[in-house]
Amino acid sequence: MRIALFITCFNDTMFPRTGRAVTALLERLGHSVEFPQGQTCCGQMHFNTGYRPETLPMVRRFAEVFAGYDAVVAPSGSCAGMVRDHHRVVAAQYGDAALTEAVEQVAPTVYELSELLVDVLGVTDVGAYFPHRVTYHPTCHSLRMLRVGDRPLRLLRAVRGIDLVELPAAESCCGFGGTFALKNADVSNAMLADKMRHVQDTGAEFLCAGDNSCLTHIGGGLSRLRTGVGTMHLAEILAATEGDAR
Amino acid sequence: MNGRETVLSAVRAALSGVPGSEDPDDTPVSSGRRADHAGPDVVGLFAERAAEYRARVVRVPASGAAAAVARALARTGARSVVVPPGLPEGLVPEGEWSLLTDVPPLSVGQLDAADAVVTTVAVAIAVTGTVILDHGPGQGRRVLTLLPDQHICVVRADRIAPDVPEAMGLLDPDQPLTLISGPSATSDIELDRVEGVHGPRTLDIVVLEDG
Amino acid sequence: MSGADNVVWLGTPAFPEAARTALADTRLRANLRRATGTIRDKRLAVAAELEDWEDLRETAAQVKRRTLRHLDHHLLRLEKSVSAAGGVVHWAADAAEANRIVTALVRATGEEEVVKVKSMATQEIGLNEALADAGIRAYETDLAELIVQLGGDRPSHILVPAIHRGRSEIREIFRREMGEWGRPAPEGLTDEPRDLAEAARLHLREKFLRAKVAVSGANFAAADTGTVVVVESEGNGRMCLTLPETLITVMGIEKVLPSFADLEVFLQLLPRSSTGERMNPYTSLWTGVSEGDGPRNFHLVLLDNGRSVTLADEVGRQALACIRCSACLNVCPVYERTGGHAYGSVYPGPIGAVLTPQLVGVKNAASLPFASTLCGACYDACPVKIDIPEVLVHLRAEAVEAKRRDRLLPTPEALAMKAAGAVLSSPRRLAAVQRLAALGGRLIARDGRIGALPGPFARWSGTRDTPAPARESLRAWWRRTRTPTSEDRPTTTEGKVRR
Repeated sequence: MRIALFITCFNDTMFPRTGRAVTALLERLGHSVEFPQGQTCCGQMHFNTGYRPETLPMVRRFAEVFAGYDAVVAPSGSCAGMVRDHHRVVAAQYGDAALTEAVEQVAPTVYELSELLVDVLGVTDVGAYFPHRVTYHPTCHSLRMLRVGDRPLRLLRAVRGIDLVELPAAESCCGFGGTFALKNADVSNAMLADKMRHVQDTGAEFLCAGDNSCLTHIGGGLSRLRTGVGTMHLAEILAATEGDAR
Repeated sequence: MNGRETVLSAVRAALSGVPGSEDPDDTPVSSGRRADHAGPDVVGLFAERAAEYRARVVRVPASGAAAAVARALARTGARSVVVPPGLPEGLVPEGEWSLLTDVPPLSVGQLDAADAVVTTVAVAIAVTGTVILDHGPGQGRRVLTLLPDQHICVVRADRIAPDVPEAMGLLDPDQPLTLISGPSATSDIELDRVEGVHGPRTLDIVVLEDG
Repeated sequence: MSGADNVVWLGTPAFPEAARTALADTRLRANLRRATGTIRDKRLAVAAELEDWEDLRETAAQVKRRTLRHLDHHLLRLEKSVSAAGGVVHWAADAAEANRIVTALVRATGEEEVVKVKSMATQEIGLNEALADAGIRAYETDLAELIVQLGGDRPSHILVPAIHRGRSEIREIFRREMGEWGRPAPEGLTDEPRDLAEAARLHLREKFLRAKVAVSGANFAAADTGTVVVVESEGNGRMCLTLPETLITVMGIEKVLPSFADLEVFLQLLPRSSTGERMNPYTSLWTGVSEGDGPRNFHLVLLDNGRSVTLADEVGRQALACIRCSACLNVCPVYERTGGHAYGSVYPGPIGAVLTPQLVGVKNAASLPFASTLCGACYDACPVKIDIPEVLVHLRAEAVEAKRRDRLLPTPEALAMKAAGAVLSSPRRLAAVQRLAALGGRLIARDGRIGALPGPFARWSGTRDTPAPARESLRAWWRRTRTPTSEDRPTTTEGKVRR
């Protein structure tokens, strides 16, 4: 099976460790991963902020760079959702028939990490070891756009040593929303405050999610308040082994 | 252009993308029966669901109808009872109350002063605990069941439909129809349900078991 | 035709600013949190009772889609059915025309007051104000509308316009204002909801009994039979629909359904979605006028007021399927924190954020499509499956395009987006920016964390630390550590895209 890693521009720049974790995890499971160097960005920020014509080159590039793989894995629910749900909208509105065709071909091969592991590779126990108290925030786009359901939780429950605690009001949005956090900073902060309160109520050492953008928002707040609660992408927990702990 | 032409032409212009050959019924609508929400005990479910919305429900044999009505009236101490035209003879027995017939029509003031009204129903719905009046014989004008503070509904078991679709299929749209689910209520204060606003604050339902 | 009047409240600031004011009101936030929390749980419980809930939603969406595609046909059919049953149908292109029609109808009766059933359509056209200008007093009879009217307030929720008020505030309003409008509040009124409801009952009773004219909205109207439906809880609707001699119903043109049989779908979905009940206490259906029962005169005013413009947008059109249940408001994390007033519109919340800009023109409500994190909770809750996030991003694009057209110079945001687009569509440029960011980040970060950020990002960094960009991007790491097999990897022929 040919698996390509779509790291996403944000992870590429800010959280390459998440990409390294995905790679290590998949290789540990016996798969090889390719990293097409021509990849850039899914165009989500532009699309969701209303800059659709500007999104077109990114849509085109994605379809071109990721064509022909059996699976494309993205450690981001919202970027995977952008590709799967919205690239066809951009292609139809501003592209041509060839692009639409290319987008339709590539879209179904794109998976968020937990989908790839559970649905495509058929594993829930990935052999991870992470002896910490962890709570999981199901990010909105993973939950309601991709409908990943409890896949991430099934993966986390199988991690050895983990003390997984339920996050109260887990399905409430954290208030990030991309440019929403800038355009509606006050509402975003109010939502963030509630999310942080719930995270702290769990007594977790780490908040885990499948999207580093939401984690940057929540983690940034937790850091500012000196709560001592860390954030960690799902991939990083799943990639951790007893070797790391020693 | 008058309002009618303006609105219609604007609507038609907005729909210019709809092919002229398309018939209004062409867009598919999935139909067919979906899940059964009622289960086998339709009467029992109706009684349970109506009671959940604070209707006082009793189940009696048909022969016990008048006695059940009398008990409901006695409980609230009703002194005057409205009897719609066509209500089965003897359903409201003699008692500590006077009977008010709607022939000739009672005034709004008379109805406002009345304590209770007794009616039959056209149809009832088990899943939602709803009674439906079509304001025919035994039910009377809509206002009769609106102003008195107690409404006693006598529901024959064979009038209880399992669910909303079956019930709607039994109704005559040419009649005014009133669906009643529990006594008057509101959720307007902090979205918390409170029974008893403008309509009857007491809803008694007498289910007649053997039809 | 032009957009709608009166839908948006003039003078309301853009959403972010209005939201800031609302967020500072701790009592408002407590009221909203309690109310939306209560209703959310109830809705989930009663929706879960129907295992075919998703099928019902889909059917409802299909019925609405089918109706809207031939709206003219169904409206004409409705007109014919209502007329045949003894009603009179009027058509209003906009708010002003609707107000003129209703005012003239009331005047013709010689009456100077009307009782009203809660109605979004009459709220939308500003009917009460128009009637007041003509010397006609309109009494709101829905409890929440009464609270809003007595409080000289604005509605903040589609179903429960006074959701922003807690019980003690309501008691104060009743004690202070009821006497000005009619029967005063009882002595020693407590803030128990039961007592407050009783006060409203007593206050409104005399108005119902003497009313000669009522004005209502409509939840549905069946084109085949001419049957109009009002769904309510308190019985104030029944009072208004039954007691007066003249009934005037103002209904948006999108409320028509092809047939009476379609009602079975919506009467299952609406109560469960709105108040979280299996069925609301009272639903009234009437067809024209009935001899000896209820009003002798029935007028149906069909209102466009921006709906046909909305209909013309094939993506935005789905907002017209709304049955005003307000489930989307109750589940919205933004609405929960800001309440309805911040939206500056008769239609607040997620549905308001897609409906308002369409009814009034996106330029006149440009901040509303952005008043959402696109979390999607509204779409999941919507009983007619309006994909609100889809319409929001669609309208965002329209708002951006409108600005592009209207301005000589691009906005700073547009310039930034253009620059970002140039970087993000080229791996070389992206890699270069990543190297710069790593360098810059290291200069300003402390312990790997950046405190304050400049410009518009200050709004972010005011409450959040930002991690420093990585020293080495993933692409750079991959190049350094892995054989460059995948660089500019030729794709398989079938996957190749011509540029």
